[in-house]
Amino acid sequence: CESRRWRYGGALHAREVGASGARAKVSLSAFALLFSELVQHCQSCVFLVAELQVHLAALGRQVGAHVLDALVASEKGAQRETKVLGALLLVKGAMWKAFGKEANKLEQANDDACTFYIIGRQPLINTYISVPKEDSRFNCAGFTAGIVEAMLTHSGFPAKVTARWHKDTTLMIKFEEAVIA
Amino acid sequence: MSGSFYFIIVGHWLSTPPVFEMESLPAEKAESKDDHRHLNQFLAHAALDLVDKNMWLSNNMYLKPVDKFNVCFVSAFVTAGHMRFIMLHDIRQEDGIKNFFTDVYNLYIKFAMNPFYEPNSPI
Repeated sequence: CESRRWRYGGALHAREVGASGARAKVSLSAFALLFSELVQHCQSCVFLVAELQVHLAALGRQVGAHVLDALVASEKGAQRETKVLGALLLVKGAMWKAFGKEANKLEQANDDACTFYIIGRQPLINTYISVPKEDSRFNCAGFTAGIVEAMLTHSGFPAKVTARWHKDTTLMIKFEEAVIA
Repeated sequence: MSGSFYFIIVGHWLSTPPVFEMESLPAEKAESKDDHRHLNQFLAHAALDLVDKNMWLSNNMYLKPVDKFNVCFVSAFVTAGHMRFIMLHDIRQEDGIKNFFTDVYNLYIKFAMNPFYEPNSPI
Protein backbone atom coordinates (compact mmCIF):
# COMPACT_ATOMS: atom_id res chain seq x y z
CA CYS A 1 0.00 0.00 0.00
CA GLU A 2 2.74 2.39 1.01
CA SER A 3 4.97 1.86 -1.97
CA ARG A 4 2.21 2.19 -4.50
CA ARG A 5 1.09 5.34 -2.83
CA TRP A 6 4.64 6.67 -3.07
CA ARG A 7 4.82 5.95 -6.73
CA TYR A 8 1.50 7.56 -7.51
CA GLY A 9 2.29 10.57 -5.42
CA GLY A 10 5.65 10.84 -7.08
CA ALA A 11 4.34 10.58 -10.59
CA LEU A 12 1.62 13.05 -9.77
CA HIS A 13 3.88 15.73 -8.54
CA ALA A 14 6.24 15.24 -11.40
CA ARG A 15 3.22 16.01 -13.56
CA GLU A 16 2.28 19.00 -11.53
CA VAL A 17 5.72 20.47 -11.69
CA GLY A 18 5.71 19.85 -15.38
CA ALA A 19 2.43 21.69 -15.59
CA SER A 20 3.63 24.63 -13.60
CA GLY A 21 7.01 24.98 -15.27
CA ALA A 22 7.04 27.42 -18.08
CA ARG A 23 8.57 24.99 -20.48
CA ALA A 24 6.42 21.95 -20.39
CA LYS A 25 2.70 21.56 -20.41
CA VAL A 26 1.14 18.36 -19.33
CA SER A 27 -2.01 17.01 -20.86
CA LEU A 28 -5.08 17.50 -18.77
CA SER A 29 -6.28 13.98 -19.30
CA ALA A 30 -3.02 12.56 -18.04
CA PHE A 31 -3.27 14.61 -14.90
CA ALA A 32 -6.91 13.68 -14.41
CA LEU A 33 -6.15 10.03 -14.86
CA LEU A 34 -3.30 10.08 -12.40
CA PHE A 35 -5.26 11.97 -9.83
CA SER A 36 -8.27 9.74 -10.07
CA GLU A 37 -6.03 6.71 -9.71
CA LEU A 38 -4.52 8.31 -6.66
CA VAL A 39 -7.89 8.89 -5.08
CA GLN A 40 -9.09 5.42 -5.85
CA HIS A 41 -5.96 3.94 -4.43
CA CYS A 42 -6.30 5.93 -1.24
CA GLN A 43 -9.89 4.83 -1.01
CA SER A 44 -8.85 1.23 -1.09
CA CYS A 45 -6.56 1.76 1.88
CA VAL A 46 -8.94 3.42 4.26
CA PHE A 47 -12.35 2.84 5.72
CA LEU A 48 -13.52 6.29 6.65
CA VAL A 49 -13.89 9.40 4.58
CA ALA A 50 -11.94 11.45 7.08
CA GLU A 51 -9.00 9.13 6.78
CA LEU A 52 -9.07 9.53 3.05
CA GLN A 53 -8.54 13.23 3.45
CA VAL A 54 -5.67 12.56 5.81
CA HIS A 55 -4.00 10.30 3.30
CA LEU A 56 -4.48 12.76 0.50
CA ALA A 57 -3.02 15.48 2.65
CA ALA A 58 0.02 13.36 3.42
CA LEU A 59 0.62 12.83 -0.26
CA GLY A 60 0.11 16.49 -0.92
CA ARG A 61 2.72 17.27 1.67
CA GLN A 62 5.31 15.25 -0.15
CA VAL A 63 4.46 17.00 -3.38
CA GLY A 64 4.68 20.38 -1.75
CA ALA A 65 8.08 19.74 -0.27
CA HIS A 66 9.52 18.91 -3.65
CA VAL A 67 7.71 21.53 -5.60
CA LEU A 68 8.42 24.61 -3.51
CA ASP A 69 11.84 25.43 -4.90
CA ALA A 70 10.83 24.66 -8.45
CA LEU A 71 7.83 26.97 -8.20
CA VAL A 72 9.82 29.83 -6.78
CA ALA A 73 12.46 29.45 -9.44
CA SER A 74 10.02 29.31 -12.31
CA GLU A 75 8.21 32.38 -11.12
CA LYS A 76 10.15 35.29 -12.63
CA GLY A 77 11.44 37.71 -10.09
CA ALA A 78 10.25 35.76 -7.12
CA GLN A 79 12.44 35.82 -4.08
CA ARG A 80 12.63 33.78 -0.99
CA GLU A 81 9.83 34.90 1.25
CA THR A 82 10.67 36.34 4.62
CA LYS A 83 7.23 37.46 5.66
CA VAL A 84 4.18 35.39 6.36
CA LEU A 85 2.05 37.43 4.02
CA GLY A 86 4.57 37.00 1.25
CA ALA A 87 4.51 33.27 1.61
CA LEU A 88 0.74 33.21 1.57
CA LEU A 89 0.64 35.31 -1.55
CA LEU A 90 3.04 32.96 -3.21
CA VAL A 91 0.76 30.08 -2.38
CA LYS A 92 -2.26 31.93 -3.61
CA GLY A 93 -0.69 33.05 -6.84
CA ALA A 94 1.93 30.69 -8.11
CA MET A 95 0.67 27.45 -6.77
CA TRP A 96 -2.92 27.90 -7.75
CA LYS A 97 -1.87 28.98 -11.17
CA ALA A 98 -0.44 25.55 -11.62
CA PHE A 99 -3.94 24.23 -11.22
CA GLY A 100 -5.70 26.82 -13.30
CA LYS A 101 -6.25 30.37 -12.25
CA GLU A 102 -5.31 32.31 -9.16
CA ALA A 103 -7.29 31.69 -6.04
CA ASN A 104 -10.06 34.10 -5.42
CA LYS A 105 -9.62 35.34 -1.92
CA LEU A 106 -7.14 35.42 0.87
CA GLU A 107 -8.64 36.44 4.19
CA GLN A 108 -7.62 36.63 7.76
CA ALA A 109 -9.88 35.49 10.54
CA ASN A 110 -11.17 38.21 12.83
CA ASP A 111 -10.72 36.62 16.17
CA ASP A 112 -7.53 34.73 15.62
CA ALA A 113 -4.43 36.33 14.16
CA CYS A 114 -2.95 32.98 13.31
CA THR A 115 -5.70 31.82 10.99
CA PHE A 116 -6.09 32.61 7.33
CA TYR A 117 -8.48 31.40 4.71
CA ILE A 118 -7.94 30.89 1.04
CA ILE A 119 -11.10 30.58 -0.94
CA GLY A 120 -11.40 29.61 -4.50
CA ARG A 121 -12.49 27.02 -6.92
CA GLN A 122 -10.09 24.36 -7.89
CA PRO A 123 -10.77 23.69 -11.49
CA LEU A 124 -8.48 20.76 -11.99
CA ILE A 125 -8.78 18.87 -8.80
CA ASN A 126 -12.49 18.75 -8.26
CA THR A 127 -13.74 18.71 -11.80
CA TYR A 128 -13.02 15.13 -12.54
CA ILE A 129 -13.81 13.57 -9.22
CA SER A 130 -17.46 12.74 -8.72
CA VAL A 131 -18.56 12.37 -5.16
CA PRO A 132 -21.32 9.95 -4.23
CA LYS A 133 -24.15 11.48 -2.27
CA GLU A 134 -23.43 9.80 0.99
CA ASP A 135 -19.96 11.29 1.06
CA SER A 136 -21.00 14.85 0.46
CA ARG A 137 -18.54 16.13 2.99
CA PHE A 138 -15.64 14.72 1.13
CA ASN A 139 -13.40 16.98 -0.81
CA CYS A 140 -10.28 16.30 -2.76
CA ALA A 141 -9.00 19.64 -1.65
CA GLY A 142 -7.29 17.69 1.07
CA PHE A 143 -4.59 17.11 -1.48
CA THR A 144 -4.16 20.80 -2.08
CA ALA A 145 -4.20 21.38 1.64
CA GLY A 146 -1.22 19.07 1.95
CA ILE A 147 0.69 20.91 -0.73
CA VAL A 148 0.05 24.26 0.88
CA GLU A 149 1.06 22.98 4.28
CA ALA A 150 4.36 21.65 2.99
CA MET A 151 5.11 24.84 1.10
CA LEU A 152 4.47 27.01 4.13
CA THR A 153 6.29 24.78 6.56
CA HIS A 154 9.37 24.47 4.41
CA SER A 155 9.51 28.20 3.92
CA GLY A 156 9.93 28.53 7.64
CA PHE A 157 6.32 29.23 8.68
CA PRO A 158 4.99 26.12 10.36
CA ALA A 159 1.28 25.77 9.78
CA LYS A 160 -1.57 23.34 9.68
CA VAL A 161 -3.88 23.42 6.72
CA THR A 162 -7.30 21.86 6.53
CA ALA A 163 -9.80 21.84 3.73
CA ARG A 164 -13.41 22.70 4.11
CA TRP A 165 -16.21 22.78 1.68
CA HIS A 166 -18.67 25.62 1.41
CA LYS A 167 -19.84 26.60 -2.00
CA ASP A 168 -16.22 26.85 -2.97
CA THR A 169 -13.27 25.15 -1.53
CA THR A 170 -11.89 26.78 1.55
CA LEU A 171 -8.47 26.10 2.95
CA MET A 172 -8.05 27.01 6.56
CA ILE A 173 -4.45 27.81 7.39
CA LYS A 174 -3.46 27.96 11.00
CA PHE A 175 0.05 29.11 11.79
CA GLU A 176 1.84 28.29 14.96
CA GLU A 177 2.08 30.97 17.60
CA ALA A 178 5.75 31.64 17.02
CA VAL A 179 5.18 32.61 13.44
CA ILE A 180 2.84 35.48 14.06
CA ALA A 181 4.57 36.95 17.05
CA MET B 1 47.38 32.65 -3.37
CA SER B 2 45.55 29.47 -2.64
CA GLY B 3 42.36 28.56 -4.32
CA SER B 4 40.88 26.06 -2.00
CA PHE B 5 37.16 25.87 -1.58
CA TYR B 6 34.90 23.90 0.63
CA PHE B 7 31.26 23.63 -0.21
CA ILE B 8 28.54 22.07 1.88
CA ILE B 9 24.77 21.83 1.66
CA VAL B 10 23.00 21.67 4.97
CA GLY B 11 19.39 20.73 5.42
CA HIS B 12 16.99 21.48 8.17
CA TRP B 13 18.03 19.22 10.94
CA LEU B 14 21.63 19.13 11.99
CA SER B 15 21.60 15.69 13.49
CA THR B 16 21.64 14.08 10.08
CA PRO B 17 24.74 14.15 7.92
CA PRO B 18 25.00 17.09 5.54
CA VAL B 19 23.21 16.76 2.28
CA PHE B 20 26.26 17.33 0.18
CA GLU B 21 29.87 18.06 0.80
CA MET B 22 32.69 18.79 -1.56
CA GLU B 23 36.07 20.33 -1.33
CA SER B 24 38.68 21.29 -3.82
CA LEU B 25 42.21 21.96 -2.82
CA PRO B 26 44.92 23.29 -5.05
CA ALA B 27 47.41 20.79 -6.33
CA GLU B 28 50.43 21.89 -4.35
CA LYS B 29 48.91 21.40 -0.95
CA ALA B 30 50.01 17.97 0.10
CA GLU B 31 49.36 18.27 3.81
CA SER B 32 46.97 16.07 5.62
CA LYS B 33 43.52 16.84 4.45
CA ASP B 34 41.85 15.38 7.50
CA ASP B 35 42.72 18.26 9.77
CA HIS B 36 41.43 20.74 7.32
CA ARG B 37 38.28 18.82 6.72
CA HIS B 38 37.34 18.82 10.37
CA LEU B 39 38.08 22.45 10.64
CA ASN B 40 36.12 23.25 7.53
CA GLN B 41 33.08 21.41 8.71
CA PHE B 42 33.32 23.11 12.04
CA LEU B 43 33.56 26.54 10.47
CA ALA B 44 30.67 25.91 8.16
CA HIS B 45 28.38 24.83 10.95
CA ALA B 46 29.49 27.64 13.20
CA ALA B 47 28.47 30.08 10.55
CA LEU B 48 24.99 28.62 10.38
CA ASP B 49 23.78 30.75 13.24
CA LEU B 50 24.81 33.87 11.42
CA VAL B 51 23.19 32.57 8.29
CA ASP B 52 19.95 31.99 10.10
CA LYS B 53 20.03 35.45 11.49
CA ASN B 54 20.71 37.06 8.13
CA MET B 55 18.20 34.90 6.39
CA TRP B 56 15.28 36.86 7.68
CA LEU B 57 16.76 40.21 6.89
CA SER B 58 16.76 40.08 3.14
CA ASN B 59 14.68 38.53 0.43
CA ASN B 60 17.63 37.51 -1.65
CA MET B 61 18.76 33.99 -1.77
CA TYR B 62 22.42 34.87 -1.98
CA LEU B 63 23.77 36.29 1.27
CA LYS B 64 27.05 38.08 0.99
CA PRO B 65 29.95 36.70 2.96
CA VAL B 66 28.45 36.27 6.35
CA ASP B 67 31.51 35.43 8.37
CA LYS B 68 35.24 35.58 8.36
CA PHE B 69 37.60 33.30 10.16
CA ASN B 70 41.30 34.14 9.98
CA VAL B 71 41.73 34.03 6.27
CA CYS B 72 38.63 32.12 5.26
CA PHE B 73 35.48 33.79 4.15
CA VAL B 74 32.17 32.07 4.60
CA SER B 75 29.44 32.77 2.06
CA ALA B 76 25.95 31.45 2.17
CA PHE B 77 23.00 30.94 -0.13
CA VAL B 78 19.60 30.02 1.20
CA THR B 79 16.99 28.46 -1.04
CA ALA B 80 13.25 28.93 -0.86
CA GLY B 81 12.95 25.65 0.94
CA HIS B 82 15.51 26.76 3.53
CA MET B 83 18.30 24.54 2.36
CA ARG B 84 21.56 26.27 3.08
CA PHE B 85 24.51 26.21 0.76
CA ILE B 86 27.67 27.25 2.53
CA MET B 87 31.01 27.89 0.94
CA LEU B 88 34.34 28.46 2.59
CA HIS B 89 36.82 30.17 0.37
CA ASP B 90 40.16 31.84 0.63
CA ILE B 91 39.86 34.28 -2.18
CA ARG B 92 37.35 37.04 -2.11
CA GLN B 93 35.46 36.40 -5.28
CA GLU B 94 31.82 37.31 -4.95
CA ASP B 95 30.65 37.11 -8.52
CA GLY B 96 32.20 33.76 -9.16
CA ILE B 97 30.77 32.38 -5.96
CA LYS B 98 27.37 33.79 -6.75
CA ASN B 99 27.35 32.19 -10.17
CA PHE B 100 28.45 28.95 -8.67
CA PHE B 101 25.66 29.09 -6.15
CA THR B 102 23.12 29.82 -8.84
CA ASP B 103 24.31 26.91 -10.92
CA VAL B 104 24.19 24.59 -7.97
CA TYR B 105 20.73 25.86 -7.13
CA ASN B 106 19.45 25.03 -10.59
CA LEU B 107 20.95 21.60 -10.38
CA TYR B 108 19.52 21.12 -6.94
CA ILE B 109 16.03 22.00 -8.13
CA LYS B 110 16.21 19.51 -10.94
CA PHE B 111 17.50 16.93 -8.56
CA ALA B 112 14.96 17.64 -5.86
CA MET B 113 12.04 17.36 -8.23
CA ASN B 114 12.73 13.70 -8.44
CA PRO B 115 9.84 12.15 -6.53
CA PHE B 116 12.00 9.43 -5.11
CA TYR B 117 14.43 11.80 -3.52
CA GLU B 118 13.83 12.07 0.19
CA PRO B 119 14.28 15.69 1.26
CA ASN B 120 17.32 16.26 3.47
CA SER B 121 18.88 12.98 2.57
CA PRO B 122 22.52 12.85 1.50
CA ILE B 123 23.25 13.31 -2.17
